[in-house]
Amino acid sequence: MAFLEFKNVRIAGVAAGVPKNVVSNYTLKSGEDISVDYTPEAFVETTGVKERRCSESLTTSDLSFAAAEKLIAELGWEKSEIEALVFVSQTADYFLPATACILQDRLGLSKECYAEDVALGCSGWVYGLSNVASLVSSGAIKKALLLAGDAKKRSKMKRDPLFGDAGTATAIEYVNGAKGFQFHFGTDGSGYDAIIAPDGGSRNQVTPQSFELKEYEGKMMHNLQTHMKGMDVFSFGITTAPKSVKKLAEHFNFNYLDADYVIFHQANMKMNNQIVKKLKLDPERVPSCMYQFGNTSSASIPLTIVSQLKGQFENKPTKFICCGFGVGLSWGTVALETNNIVIPSIVEVKDNEDNYGYKL
Amino acid sequence: MKTLDEFVALFAEQFDETDADQFAPETNFRELDEWSSLIGLSIIAMVDEEFGIALKGNDFRQATTISDLYEVIKSKQ
Repeated sequence: MAFLEFKNVRIAGVAAGVPKNVVSNYTLKSGEDISVDYTPEAFVETTGVKERRCSESLTTSDLSFAAAEKLIAELGWEKSEIEALVFVSQTADYFLPATACILQDRLGLSKECYAEDVALGCSGWVYGLSNVASLVSSGAIKKALLLAGDAKKRSKMKRDPLFGDAGTATAIEYVNGAKGFQFHFGTDGSGYDAIIAPDGGSRNQVTPQSFELKEYEGKMMHNLQTHMKGMDVFSFGITTAPKSVKKLAEHFNFNYLDADYVIFHQANMKMNNQIVKKLKLDPERVPSCMYQFGNTSSASIPLTIVSQLKGQFENKPTKFICCGFGVGLSWGTVALETNNIVIPSIVEVKDNEDNYGYKL
Repeated sequence: MKTLDEFVALFAEQFDETDADQFAPETNFRELDEWSSLIGLSIIAMVDEEFGIALKGNDFRQATTISDLYEVIKSKQ
C-alpha cells in the first residue's frame, strides 16, 4: 500500500501561468477539430470545456518560468535559498537534457541545486509534491520549487479541444513542527495504452510512417499524437479517484467530508461530476476550472486553486484534499493544510513574448 | 439486479433528443442518430451508479443491441 507521510513541510505559495491567447470550443478554426461523431455543443455539454488557452510558441517551461518568477517575487524568497527544483511534464523542451536543468539556470537558482524531471501527466502534481516533500522534510533543503504543467506539443498537429496549456509553480518550505502532507499513490500499467503517444520514443522510433494519418475514434490522427481510449479512461477515473480519496482518509484516520476543499484533476466535467457524486461531496467545496482552461494535465490542481480560490482562503487554516489521476495509468491523492499562503494572480503570457531556447 | 426493461429505460434516459419509444431490448444503439462516444460516457456513468460496474470500451464493442450490453453487465455481476 503506497501510503506516505512527510512532516515539517508546508506549501508557501502557488502560482499559474497560461497563454494570453483564448480559444473557444464553439468557434473552432481549421487546424482544431472535434470528432465527426458529435457537434461542438454536445462536446461542451459533456466535457464542460467552453474555452481554453493555447499557444503555438510557448512551451510548458516558458509558462512555468513565468509563474515561478512571480511566485518567488511575491514570496520575497531569495533565489539563492532555493535548493531543489522538480519539473513535472510530458511536454519537455527537449528529449535531452532534462528541462529542470534549463530552468535552474533560467530562474537564476544556485548551482548547488537538486533538479529533476518527472514524466507524469494528470497525477503528476501529487507525485511531484511527494518528491519535493521527501527532499525538504528532513530540513537538509529548506526551500524548493515544484513546476508542473503541459503545453505546446512535440509536433505541429491538430489540437484536441479537451486540452489547454498551463504551467504552474508551487513553493514548498521546511517548517519545523509543520503537520506536512499525507499521500496515497497507485499505478496500473496494464492500462498504459489508454492514453498514449505511440511513436517518437525508443520503442517505436520516428519514421516517415509516423506522420501518416489514420482514423482513431472518429478523428484523423498520426502516431506522434496522443491517442486516448475515452471510455476506458472515463471508467478508470470514476472508479479509481473515489477509492483513492477513501483509502487515504481511512489510512490516516480522518473524515474526507471535513476537507474545506477537494480539488480533483480537471479531466472532464461528466467524469468529475460522477466522482463528486460517488463521494457525496458538497459541490461547493469542489471548485473547477475546466470551463475556462480545459484539461491542463499536471497543472490542473494548482491552476484550480489559483484561478478559483484566490482571495478566499490564504490567511486562514484551510484543509485540502487533492487527487490526480490519468495517463499511466497513475493516480495519487494528498491531504494537506494551508495557512498564510501566497497566491499571485494568474500570469498571462503573450505568444512570442519569449525567445528563449536553443536554435540550430 | 435491475431487469432488462428497467435497463432499457435507464439507457433511454441518457439520450436528449431520441424518443423513449425508439428504445427496445433489440435496438441496435449505434444506429440511433444521437448515439456518440459522448453518450457512451453517460451510459458508463449510469451503469456504474445503478449496477456498480465499470464498463470499458471493449464491453461496448462486444455488444450490438441494448440487450447485449445488459448481458455483459450481468456477466460481470
